[in-house]
Amino acid sequence: MEIIDNLALGFSIALSPYTLMLAIAGCFLGTIIGALPGLGPSNGVAILIPLTFTMGLDATAALVLMTSVYYGAMYGGRISSILLNIPGDEPALMTTLDGYPMAKQGRAGDALVLSGVASFVGAFLATVGLMLLAPMLARVAYLFGPAEYFALYLLAFCTLGGMASNNQAKAALASCIGLGIAMIGVDNSSGLPRLTGGNLHLMDGIDFLVAIVGLFAIAEVFFFIESHGKASSIGVKLEKVTIPWKDIMATKWTMLRASGVGFVAGILPGAGASLGSFLAYMTEKSVAGKDGGFGTGVPKGIAAPEAGNNAAAGGALVPMLTLGVPGSGTTAVLLALLMTLNITPGPTLFTDRPEVVWGLIASLLIANIVLLLMNVPMVKIFVRILTVPPWVLLPGVTMISFVGIYSLSGSYFDLLLMIAFGVLGYVLRKLDIPTVPVILGILLGGNMENALRRAMVLSDGDPMFLFSTPIAIGLWLAAIAGFVAPMFLRNLLKKPQAVTD
Amino acid sequence: MKSDRIFGLVTLLVALGYFASATQIQTSFLSDPVGPKAFPMLVAGVAGICALVMIFKPDPDPTWPSLGTFGALAIAVVVLVCYAYSLKPLGFLLPTAVTAGILSYQISGRAKVSALAGVGLSVGLFCLFKFALGLGLVAFPKGLVG
Repeated sequence: MEIIDNLALGFSIALSPYTLMLAIAGCFLGTIIGALPGLGPSNGVAILIPLTFTMGLDATAALVLMTSVYYGAMYGGRISSILLNIPGDEPALMTTLDGYPMAKQGRAGDALVLSGVASFVGAFLATVGLMLLAPMLARVAYLFGPAEYFALYLLAFCTLGGMASNNQAKAALASCIGLGIAMIGVDNSSGLPRLTGGNLHLMDGIDFLVAIVGLFAIAEVFFFIESHGKASSIGVKLEKVTIPWKDIMATKWTMLRASGVGFVAGILPGAGASLGSFLAYMTEKSVAGKDGGFGTGVPKGIAAPEAGNNAAAGGALVPMLTLGVPGSGTTAVLLALLMTLNITPGPTLFTDRPEVVWGLIASLLIANIVLLLMNVPMVKIFVRILTVPPWVLLPGVTMISFVGIYSLSGSYFDLLLMIAFGVLGYVLRKLDIPTVPVILGILLGGNMENALRRAMVLSDGDPMFLFSTPIAIGLWLAAIAGFVAPMFLRNLLKKPQAVTD
Repeated sequence: MKSDRIFGLVTLLVALGYFASATQIQTSFLSDPVGPKAFPMLVAGVAGICALVMIFKPDPDPTWPSLGTFGALAIAVVVLVCYAYSLKPLGFLLPTAVTAGILSYQISGRAKVSALAGVGLSVGLFCLFKFALGLGLVAFPKGLVG
């Protein structure tokens, strides 16, 4: 059994005391990051990357730490959704729909425990799915040539734009901004500078970490200055926390179904966790029918989006590890981490660096169990942390971002660039232009162009080569469908609005 | 309506500028069929189309903050830029305390607690970075400590 051997290898790495300690620390930190309003998985992981880099952790250790933070943030996001009615990040929006009403009925503790268990089920099943599916997909990925990769990148941008935004033009524009930024710097194949405007600082290109931290973390500070941190007082009291066995048993099929739906949504390149929790919630809502009482604080309405969200987080790792195409905003940030650590994701990762892949998978399983143990009895501690006022939190985040970016390169030019990205992020989000495609564009722009140019070298400039294989044609069709379909489905699949008091 | 149109127009101009500068990219004598120009030009083209769509089919306006809040945001940006420049010559503690204090004041609106938050964050983060994470930060300007 190949999988068992591989898992044994993984656990031998993940169970070393040092790695285990990192996983636990990552889980703890991640839950806090997810729980704090204003810090979600994407910006939490983003501000930590430069720090892990300067701490000099090796590739496996850094990856274990950051993925624990990632999973932890996914768990933590539910706490502020349920108690404050503020989703920590976009996928957690669905949890507010039933979580907050349930908390207002005085069952905040039940809601937190139930959602914790649902998160565990979703994330655990997704990790098992990742274990089974990723090596298979890695084998298929060997068939991918430059033409297929070009179509795949296009698919990622199209589905991300199609699903994540309310306006196709704005999503496509965001991708173009990212791709345009990625072109700045020295051209790989000719070695000549492009679009630098003669600025020496721009010769190396714009570091994606600078862009990510600026767009996610610094922009958030501006939003808090605008709102004066008003939206963050705890409106719900948390009484004694007990384990609601009855609700857990009653929602077991919901959790399983939602995990399946979420996992599949997570695998789609570019679609990600938001789609996973959305689809899981909507599926369960229609399964339950009109008498299900969705939206009034029913247990199923909490279990479904949480299981779906966490399953999608695991599913999103599949395309990220096997193809190098992230499935969500946070996996885009994790891809940035891999690139910083000089690991190239893709099929060869599974054969060349099995210790990285399987160590990661094993530590995901461990992290999951740690998170369940941490989140059920210790939930009160995390709730206490929620009371950190934003006027301490946000300046703190800013300072950590500055030190992190400064320690990467030691140049103030990067800091100025980061502030500029912060302003850009504020304007884009104000205009309802998604920022994740910008990040994806900066990360993948170089690869996408290289794929196109290599394809054209192979075919001697014949553009039809891009549509020459069945895989490529399939990807192109999926890309077009992913971009066009949401325009017609938008009225059908209207996003439920958050409950208001 | 108006915000989308203005942003679309700005983007269109940027896309045109980007396209124009992409045509100026030097090509080396040993080039592939696509070359270094085509992809940037393609990206600029798509961006231009998106900008046109935004101009002709704008979404409803978002709720923009009041002029005073814009002033606060501008101040925040200026403070951050100053912070970026002062981090190296002035050491970590002083600029961090001032910047964190100002940002904190802008969020909370209370002077005393913000000053405390600024000083606390500065010292706390310094200890965290220096002693727990082992980053080489300089606490004070070099001239002061000698």
